[in-house]
Amino acid sequence: MREPASHRLALLGALAVVIVLMPLIFPSAYYYRVGALVFIFALAAVGLNLLMGFAGQVSLGHAGFLGIGGYAMAIGPVHLGVPPWASLLAGAVISAVVAFIVGRPILRLKGHYLAVATLGLGVLIAIVLTNEASWTGGPDGMSVPRLVLFDWAVRGSQQWYWISAATFLVGAILAFNVIDSPTGRALRAIHDSEVAASVLGVDVARGKLAIFVISAVYASVAGSYLALINGHVTPDIAGFLRSIELAAMVVLGGMGSILGSLVGAAVLVVLPQTLTILHDYEHLVLGLILMGVMIFLRQGIVPSLAAAVSGRQT
Amino acid sequence: MAEFLQFFFSGLTVGAVYALVALGFTLIYNASDVINFAQGEFVMLGGLSTVFLAMAGIPLPLAALLAVLLTIAVGIALYYLAIEPARGASAVSLIMITIGASIFLRGTAQVVFDKRFHSLPPLFGSDPIRWGGAAILPQSLVVLAGAAIIVVLLWLFIDRTLLGKAVIATAANRLAAWLVGINTRQIVGLSFAVSAGIGAIAGILVTPITLTSYDVGTLLALKGFAAAMLGGIGSALGAVVGGLVLGMLEAFSAGYVSSKYKDAVAFLIILIVLFAIPNGLFGRGKVERV
Amino acid sequence: MSILAAERLSIAFGGIRAIDQVSLRIQPGVVFSIIGPNGAGKTTLFNLFSGLYRPQEGRIIFDGEDVTGLAPHQLARRGLSRTFQNLQIFYRMTAIENVMVGCHRHERTNVVADLLHLPSVARQNRRTRLAAQSALAQVGLQSDTDRLASALPYGALKRLEIARALASEPKVLLLDEPAAGCNPVETKELEGVIRSIVKAGVTVVLVEHDMRLVMNVSDHIHVLANGRSLAEGTVAEVRRNPRVIEAYLGTHDAPEGQDTEEAARALG
Repeated sequence: MREPASHRLALLGALAVVIVLMPLIFPSAYYYRVGALVFIFALAAVGLNLLMGFAGQVSLGHAGFLGIGGYAMAIGPVHLGVPPWASLLAGAVISAVVAFIVGRPILRLKGHYLAVATLGLGVLIAIVLTNEASWTGGPDGMSVPRLVLFDWAVRGSQQWYWISAATFLVGAILAFNVIDSPTGRALRAIHDSEVAASVLGVDVARGKLAIFVISAVYASVAGSYLALINGHVTPDIAGFLRSIELAAMVVLGGMGSILGSLVGAAVLVVLPQTLTILHDYEHLVLGLILMGVMIFLRQGIVPSLAAAVSGRQT
Repeated sequence: MAEFLQFFFSGLTVGAVYALVALGFTLIYNASDVINFAQGEFVMLGGLSTVFLAMAGIPLPLAALLAVLLTIAVGIALYYLAIEPARGASAVSLIMITIGASIFLRGTAQVVFDKRFHSLPPLFGSDPIRWGGAAILPQSLVVLAGAAIIVVLLWLFIDRTLLGKAVIATAANRLAAWLVGINTRQIVGLSFAVSAGIGAIAGILVTPITLTSYDVGTLLALKGFAAAMLGGIGSALGAVVGGLVLGMLEAFSAGYVSSKYKDAVAFLIILIVLFAIPNGLFGRGKVERV
Repeated sequence: MSILAAERLSIAFGGIRAIDQVSLRIQPGVVFSIIGPNGAGKTTLFNLFSGLYRPQEGRIIFDGEDVTGLAPHQLARRGLSRTFQNLQIFYRMTAIENVMVGCHRHERTNVVADLLHLPSVARQNRRTRLAAQSALAQVGLQSDTDRLASALPYGALKRLEIARALASEPKVLLLDEPAAGCNPVETKELEGVIRSIVKAGVTVVLVEHDMRLVMNVSDHIHVLANGRSLAEGTVAEVRRNPRVIEAYLGTHDAPEGQDTEEAARALG
């Protein structure tokens, strides 16, 4: 399920309007933070969706890139004296390089082998982040200095709301661009039949690698924002559970639907917030959601709704 | 030398647990092509249920038995409620379902039990046996013996009983098995039940040594899976060998290299196996037809 | 000068030699058919030509260049295209999107330009869509342009694959059993499509079981049996070749002349 070009423009416009108007109904400043978190995770989810929903691959270790981006914001300024904005770029570059190096061999795998290989990769990154305490502060993590752009120190949930919303919009626009382009068609072809795609001139290995790298950069930027907004980063930013949450956001919202990634992120960010009283039930509910979606709502929320509205069978 | 023996035995012991988890993976994978990430939770449930049932006053042997039965019931429920309804879904969807199940079981255990570490009394006391300078816990021998017995029983079942043959048939070709009258759904359900039972027993046996808590399942599942991959997914012999090898590699690398990175060994193995020997040590590959 | 040639091509799977020392030369601008009983290795030969399999022995020469062992996408970029016996349609894409992928080797944008949707991308999209539309028209599917491929009937999908392969503007088009599952009307239409493709200058290599189609449209036939070349020649020559008849029908005790007549009739 994809949205055609004219719909996409309207969709983006509507999204922008909603983003601007939403703060008017926020009961307190706390909601800015929730909103910011939704957009941060939605950004990572969009990147993962390009990989999973469009190109048909899978990554159960994508939080590893969240971790690289997040820790770059701590290690850069604290240990290397690199200003935060440069650390953010550096984090993205490192994630891209890691994805490039690991991607070539890993993406030769398919199905559950690919799933487990990416899972292993993600966990390895998390283990390194936990163990190299002299660099990363160990299991307790590190504090993350504020982002300073020119003379403006970014501070407070309100500013992060606007920054992450804007970044998400940019990420969504880039994603829409890719989808409606030769690269996007090649990726969707790879998803449906690698054999046919290759016979038509698509360099399948290169295509998969390119989208893997792109999705890694999305996650890295999201991870950097996450570290900045929290002022702190710990190894479980890169952990297995975090990777599963990301994948769940993509699947829940709808593979192949950019809007779906936002919806999926919104559900999985807001839900634990509403469950803070019942914090212990968080995992139970996450597990149920994951199972439920994969069994009953395999298309995801947005495509299922779209199909129901248009009366078409999916 | 004493050090070497020490690592050898601790590696063997934990390897036996990995072997049993890997065996459970293999059983289910062979019967249904599903990679069951909830396998580790079976181990957790076995140990933790026994603890809490015993705390509720039930005599230990009975508690253990009930725990195993409870876990088997969970395994069967997992199949009929979560896997079977999704039959026909892609391999990745099925993995995500089992991951969801494992998270769910973990979350439930967190609520029903608690978040602390618990132990069980060892079968033959906790005085270590001295051998060649190494100190070996009697419970280690119990774990090894238990694992060996389970493997032998399983082999006898598969090889010598009619039901066992039906399992092999289902594993080889589900459609064909169904066509000759085997109730393949029940066979797959059986494989889940047996895997759950094996996991639970492993959990009960090893808790006196490693303790247990609500979240031991995840790492165990991943390591058991690494062991199964190393041995060649689909090969029962491979699962056992893979588990023991992984346990040893972990123990030796923790002892001689770095104990911090002990957990990384399993994941490195996963990656190395997938890149270098995708079919593992004993597995056979599948051919894709165009 | 042949446009596509195989020299002593061989490949074995397990212990079975699926293709055994097969040599053939295909001239440009003809319809070259490869026929043979089931299991003769026809699709294996196609898979070798299109780079999906790597031969264990022998060479493949395409347009004067030794292309043995090249990957499928590299062969596609040199002008080789194919359809599949078991349909490899992009079901989640619309008909026209399927065909647009066929234009891939001519598209001139890169990932970065695509990400930023530079004006060149919009222009490329337009050009590709036009080319795809014309390919769809060539096979008579213009009314299904924006329909999802999964909603199209089998016969239309067969034609869609041909349109998609044509969109890549190949020099050589390998058609793998295009008439399989088609009724006589559809097969007749297919004949027309093949002729129009050849008239446009594309060399067609056809693997087919439908003998009427083969006999009607082929300039040259190569017969395979058990992975080996059995016979080659024009339609008339191959029809009367006793070894070909034997491969398809076996032998029985009857006067030879009667055999040949029956068989020739059966072979269309």
